[in-house]
Amino acid sequence: MSARQPVLSGRGIVKNYGRVTAIDNADFDLYPGEILAVIGDNGAGKSSLIKTLSGAVVPDEGEIRLNGEQVHFTSPIEAREAGIETVYQNLALSPALSIADNMFLGREIRKEGFAGKYLRMLDRKAMERIAREKLSDLGLMTIQNIGQTVETLSGGQRQGVAVARAAAFGSKVIILDEPTAALGVKESRKVLELIQDVRSRGMPIVLISHNMPHVFEVADRIHVHRLGKRLCVIDPKLASMNDAVALMTGAKTPEKSMMAA
Amino acid sequence: MSETKSRDNDYESSLKDSDRAVAAFKPRRRGALGTAQHFLHGSPTMVPVIVLLLSVAAFGIAAPNFFSAFNLSLIMQQVAIVGILAAAQSLVILTAGIDLSVAAVMVMISVIMGRLSVEFGIPVPVAILLGLVCGAGTGLLNGLLVTKVRLPPFITTLGTWNIFLALNYYFSNRETIRSQTLDAEAPLLKLFGERFTIGGAVLTWGVVLMVVIFVVLWFVLNRTAWGRHVYAIGDDKEAAELAGIRTDRTLVSVYMLAGGICAVAAWASIGRVGSVSPTSFFEANLESITAVVIGGISLFGGRGSIMGPMIGALIVGVFNSGLRLAGVDVLWQLFATGWLIIIAVAIDQWIRKVSS
Repeated sequence: MSARQPVLSGRGIVKNYGRVTAIDNADFDLYPGEILAVIGDNGAGKSSLIKTLSGAVVPDEGEIRLNGEQVHFTSPIEAREAGIETVYQNLALSPALSIADNMFLGREIRKEGFAGKYLRMLDRKAMERIAREKLSDLGLMTIQNIGQTVETLSGGQRQGVAVARAAAFGSKVIILDEPTAALGVKESRKVLELIQDVRSRGMPIVLISHNMPHVFEVADRIHVHRLGKRLCVIDPKLASMNDAVALMTGAKTPEKSMMAA
Repeated sequence: MSETKSRDNDYESSLKDSDRAVAAFKPRRRGALGTAQHFLHGSPTMVPVIVLLLSVAAFGIAAPNFFSAFNLSLIMQQVAIVGILAAAQSLVILTAGIDLSVAAVMVMISVIMGRLSVEFGIPVPVAILLGLVCGAGTGLLNGLLVTKVRLPPFITTLGTWNIFLALNYYFSNRETIRSQTLDAEAPLLKLFGERFTIGGAVLTWGVVLMVVIFVVLWFVLNRTAWGRHVYAIGDDKEAAELAGIRTDRTLVSVYMLAGGICAVAAWASIGRVGSVSPTSFFEANLESITAVVIGGISLFGGRGSIMGPMIGALIVGVFNSGLRLAGVDVLWQLFATGWLIIIAVAIDQWIRKVSS
């Protein structure tokens, strides 16, 4: 490992559900400006690991550090306030609300002065303007109307809105859970471009995915999770997809030559 | 990266030749029915509005004296109390819940307001204020049972409905506070029953109160973050939670506001009835749900405009008044209301089928 300080790291994380061990003394490191893919077989505990980082699960043991400082998240809201945005597989969008309303859900902008302070009135114009800016920043303006409801969007567009929301508000880390799982080839491409676009602004990204071609295309390093812990971190330029699958299924043990620097 | 690509099967390189244009379609011909469906999907309140206008026109032709300012204003007086309860009910239903206790809360609070001012000699404004606090308290109980104990709203309010009804009989000793007593000792309680005339229309302050409550709720639901959160929770609670909404807190506040509105309805009901009776408004519970459903708010939560239930209450009022003036037996009023509910929900389902 280099001397760089990780943005987000975990050490010795343990989580048990009754007698089932979900995370068994796992470590985790995300460095500034990188895309770290997390892969692992079903049941390897990668979701649980990610949930401890995004605040949805409280670990039994271990420590999590954000920019070197230890943090204890007891809810996703706390993690978000600390600057960690998560795009969940179900996207956490409200179908009947507009795109702008969805982007600002839970952190709306209020009008200035009396109307905002005492009537608690929303500043719709500002919200719509910023939402439009964020979406066009990410090249998502094929959406004609920012006021249209999310239920009228395609799967890829919805994913775009969710990613744009995370990119707009995430100040330190963005976690994407299976962002291309439900998408077609073309829509996946768009989302992958979006991910790279977000990274190019210097935002570190954690990408959980089962899709090896996607992982190998965008990831800088690949965290292989197996049996509740980090097995190794490989470099996609040094290892093949076959190696990765072999590692995560236990068909192969880690070799020095594949390791990420 | 290119190294990786060549090593592995590459299936995406053909994408660069793919059509990059934004998908464009010739506008599909929808036909008259489809156009109507599409329009109604975009403006859901229009269904009850159209039904209201049609029924007013129909009864205007069919029933003598129906289409007079006096009769139309009388209908408004008659629906004011159920209308206010429907406003409270709408809030809860928008969160995908239901509140079966609204009418019981209203009657209990009217008894509390009446007894406190008449029997205990507490100044009437203070008694009213205490009544409002108790109303919000009933909502707090419902809200905590729903969020903390995780009971379904139906079960919660089925339970509290009975509890509040029992407390209502306990507080009132099953006795009515008569109109004369109220006039002598607490005339303020009958404020919302007082009439004033505009043209030939006779309105009560209760009618004004109902309209004001709906307008305020419209503003709160559509122009504040809290209102957007109410819709988001009704739409998909889990998604709302992950998006960072404190759903439990919002839900409790919804039930408390609903309870508070029921307490306001209690005050208005004293004016409407003229006395404080522990056995009044027995059917108001279901009537409030009827108004909400006819008003186009989805029982599954998250959809519908708050103005709908006011129109819905008026539709029921128009049918009742029109059928009575046309000399039809009372049983047909119930019959008509029944069909209205079924048709309203059927239309709602039909509209929902449209996509974009």
